[in-house]
Amino acid sequence: MANTLWVGTRKGAFALRADARRRNWKLAGPQFLGHIVHHIVPDPRDPKCVLMAAKTGHLGPTVFRSADRGRTWREASRPPAFRKVTSNPETARAVDRVFWLTPGHGDERGTWFAGSAPAGLFRSDDGGDHWEPVAGFNDHPQFPQWAAGSATPDGEFLHSILVDPRDARHMYLSISIGGTFETLDGGRDWAPINLGIEADFLPEPDTPFGQDPHHVVMHPLHPDRLYQQNHCGIYRLDRPASRWARIGKAMPRKIGDIGFPIVLHPADPDTAWVFPMDGTSVWPRTSVGGRPAVYRTRNGGRSWQRQDKGLPRSQAWFTVMRQAMCADRSSAPGLYFGTTHGELWASTNAGDSWRCVVRHLPEIFSVTHTA
Amino acid sequence: MTCTVKIASPLRSYTGGAASIAAAGATMDEVLADLDRRFPGMRFRMIDEQDRIRPHIRLFVNTREITRLAEPVARADTVHLICALSGG
Repeated sequence: MANTLWVGTRKGAFALRADARRRNWKLAGPQFLGHIVHHIVPDPRDPKCVLMAAKTGHLGPTVFRSADRGRTWREASRPPAFRKVTSNPETARAVDRVFWLTPGHGDERGTWFAGSAPAGLFRSDDGGDHWEPVAGFNDHPQFPQWAAGSATPDGEFLHSILVDPRDARHMYLSISIGGTFETLDGGRDWAPINLGIEADFLPEPDTPFGQDPHHVVMHPLHPDRLYQQNHCGIYRLDRPASRWARIGKAMPRKIGDIGFPIVLHPADPDTAWVFPMDGTSVWPRTSVGGRPAVYRTRNGGRSWQRQDKGLPRSQAWFTVMRQAMCADRSSAPGLYFGTTHGELWASTNAGDSWRCVVRHLPEIFSVTHTA
Repeated sequence: MTCTVKIASPLRSYTGGAASIAAAGATMDEVLADLDRRFPGMRFRMIDEQDRIRPHIRLFVNTREITRLAEPVARADTVHLICALSGG
């Protein structure tokens, strides 16, 4: 089995390829040098197809598509864009960046979803060539309360678009800052699902929305199991319950449970990995104490184990962004994370030990694996 | 109505590397529409879905910066599509 890691960076796209043993990685690229690449996502329904969300410092956002595993790319004919409005166009929403890409349901070949900043949900039914705004969410009567566009200077990010493999009409999405939302009817209507999630930065912490999910994941084999790495901790939700449980309270107190990414074992819904960062005082958002470590749970968050063998022992102050950590589908999963310092770290034993497989890339925004 | 359009380097991937091309249109909007017909996708990288000029794009007719797409463009004018960026 060949392995490819797609690496999206602040300055372009790269690919790392390895054989089945995952020992020797060969770097290819850059492609689109100078582009800000937020997400590169292979299509599990068609391994030759890959989508990339990109923009440049000067130019507006777009999506590039490859039908040959990334050898050649074509720009979307109609990139994600909000509905054009005629009243008050000076304040109307416009996509600043396409931040997130998610393939649609396995039975809906060619369907993709995109999330943007400011927060917007977009859908393509032709492999990412033409995109339409999802009115049921973007124009929901409560949208101005869910994502006012002013929660942070950069606007809110829409991310973690999750499609239930049992039912294409059942989806989740998350907004940072705004919370997590669910649809049961294919996106026509949405409702917040944030009970139990803390929002200690708000005047009223117990609020139905307004939380800050950093990354939400659904287990592919057990879609009722959701995990969330939030601005205010690590959570788990087992549907049909609707109250999240803060499983991060079992993390060591000196480490805390703040971070961006959360990654699941491909076969075991009780196993997950996080990369804690410093969320104290002014929020440095670096590895805690300059000593980076991954933490793993194997019991759904009741306990966590530190995994730092091979990682720097001190004075390493990087951050791992929410899209920049992933697992492959091996029985002993390979784990991978990219850092804001342009390093790509890999483990071929489920996090027990780590080695740096490439250095000196630009700031890494996303890491995704395809076989 | 034909004018000359000077293309900044970040946009030349659309024009096959050409730095200067002729385009038709009596307004900036029409000139950009002509460019987008010939170089699909180019306009959206400069103008957002609400027809606003993107923050790091500057449009000039000869030496005059314009902020409205309805501004006229005359025969023999030179339109400059300029990319303005700071930082690393």
